[in-house]
Amino acid sequence: MGATIAKLAERPNLWPWLLLTPLAIYLAIFFLVPLVNVAIMSVTEPRLTLANYERVLVGALYQRVFLNTFLTAGLVTLACLLVAYPLAYLMNHSSQRTAMMILLLVTMSFWTSFLVRTYAWMVLLGNNGPIIAFIKAIGIEIPPQLLFTRFSSTLAMVHILAPYMIMNIYSVMRKIDPVLIRSAESLGARGFALFRHVYLPLTAPGIANGCVLVFVICLGFYVTPVLLGSPREQMIAGLIGTQIEEFLAFGMGSAMAMVLLAVTLAILAIYHRRFGLDKLWG
Amino acid sequence: MQSYLQLNGVTKTFGDFTALQKVDLAIDKGEFVTFLGPSGSGKTTTLMIIAGFEKATCGDVLVEGRSLSGLAPHERNIGIVFQNYALFPHKTALENVYFPLQMRGVKHPVGLKNAADMLELVGLKGFGHRYPKELSGGQQQRVALARALVFEPSLLLLDEPLGALDKNLREQMQIEIKRIQRALGVTTIFVTHDQTEAMSMSDRIVVFEKGSIQQVATPLEVYHKPRTRFVAGFIGESNIIEATVVDPAARKATAEHIGEIEYAPSEFSLHKGTPVTLIIRPEHIRLSRDPKKGRHNARMKVETIVNYGDNALVIGRVGEQSMRVRVLGADVVIIKEGEDCHVSWTPDSVYMIAK
Repeated sequence: MGATIAKLAERPNLWPWLLLTPLAIYLAIFFLVPLVNVAIMSVTEPRLTLANYERVLVGALYQRVFLNTFLTAGLVTLACLLVAYPLAYLMNHSSQRTAMMILLLVTMSFWTSFLVRTYAWMVLLGNNGPIIAFIKAIGIEIPPQLLFTRFSSTLAMVHILAPYMIMNIYSVMRKIDPVLIRSAESLGARGFALFRHVYLPLTAPGIANGCVLVFVICLGFYVTPVLLGSPREQMIAGLIGTQIEEFLAFGMGSAMAMVLLAVTLAILAIYHRRFGLDKLWG
Repeated sequence: MQSYLQLNGVTKTFGDFTALQKVDLAIDKGEFVTFLGPSGSGKTTTLMIIAGFEKATCGDVLVEGRSLSGLAPHERNIGIVFQNYALFPHKTALENVYFPLQMRGVKHPVGLKNAADMLELVGLKGFGHRYPKELSGGQQQRVALARALVFEPSLLLLDEPLGALDKNLREQMQIEIKRIQRALGVTTIFVTHDQTEAMSMSDRIVVFEKGSIQQVATPLEVYHKPRTRFVAGFIGESNIIEATVVDPAARKATAEHIGEIEYAPSEFSLHKGTPVTLIIRPEHIRLSRDPKKGRHNARMKVETIVNYGDNALVIGRVGEQSMRVRVLGADVVIIKEGEDCHVSWTPDSVYMIAK
């Protein structure tokens, strides 16, 4: 009898896996199958060759768009960090009430529709919008072009992505043991030295998490750059859209999507080796 | 002569609650002083006021006659070892120890050399490159100690630093801390709620209860001449007997279940009828089948015997008065639970506390 029980105990518990099946089936049908389809199209449309990839990787236009995508993602990440760090610090060092208020304001933009937020920026930054009106009012005759520039698309993407950065940094800041800061003070540290040698390194994991998350999400951004950005500074997702919608070049579009996917996975792989992917969500 | 560290009427209130009530204390240079008391007795609050993390509601802290009030923690030059060590997880052991020197502008080669020397002093030579999480609890403790000492602080404060260690390591670290403290001659305040730690390490013990100091004395004095009932009960085991003075000149009192008892000479001067507390330590009581000559005898009914190997604790009653007797392990065979026996003591070992 003891042996039977031992055998039963050895058998891996199947329940957790069973609970996962609906999700697995869903992902297989609506994610994995289309993805494989895209991969196949990238080498079969219009003929079975690797020509699509050659064009994507060598063509000057595509290289420029890829470069621009990385630049924009980098810029957005940096701007998010500059906005998020002080805000997270403020949240962590204010009363519970104030922290909740800031958190509410930050996450509010999460609850508003993506498209609505993008259109709101179009209204705000447009030629008949309040910001241009203000610039004219203070006496600048020829106001700068705000909408359909790198500025407008970056601004909107920072607005959308900053909460990810804030939440990541805030969660790490919250976990810092206040005794560590006291200890640093007792050892003679204060002000900027305390920040640079103790606080900043302790929050570094949050910064790394936030940056990877924002950068990776930003690489694949479509709606915002297409609607708000400069047509001359297209991002890769926009170009894929154009290829498929306007030129019906499914092969080219698919090849670009695969390259984008590969780049994203490569970044996550590097991050995983350095920090562990499980930490990405806090 | 002026003391090295002086606390003058230090009081701390949180709203209606008084955490510290007019604490006066003087500590000499190089002394090892322990703040002993249960949690919430004010010992840690006092430490935090000295360190500058808490502000006294009134009163002052002076080091070598100079007031510390108005100085931020980083300006006080006080080394602190916190309860959970508070090592910086992103720095190696050596970098942790170098940190206070770095903050004082000591440049690399000299600073790192000093830090390495200090690590060697605490017995961690060759561990400098390890991160805190790669060190055991005892080793982390040593790094924290080295870090708090490397900048030659005017005071070393230790806030229950041995709490997280297991028993063997704890004893080892007690000896280590004492050795290092002697070697450097740094004035040290050690906070603990563990009386054996306080007894074994300190030059003097400060007993705290409910926000005020109950007694300041050497370990032996605190043990043998407790000033208050609380001290007697908190440090070591005691038989506490409530009694009334009947003859102050002959030092005699009477207790309900034991009758007349003679007590040791004491500093308290009392008159007849004063209620007092008499203290007899369990190891000062002898157990025997028959009454002993020249000693005060009483009949005790044995209820429980707890054997510790080298010694045993015999718990019983004299009338309704509960009594604890500590006997050597070999002597316990003469008695069984449920039997009657004689307990005896000399008047020297009866310590009297006035209420």
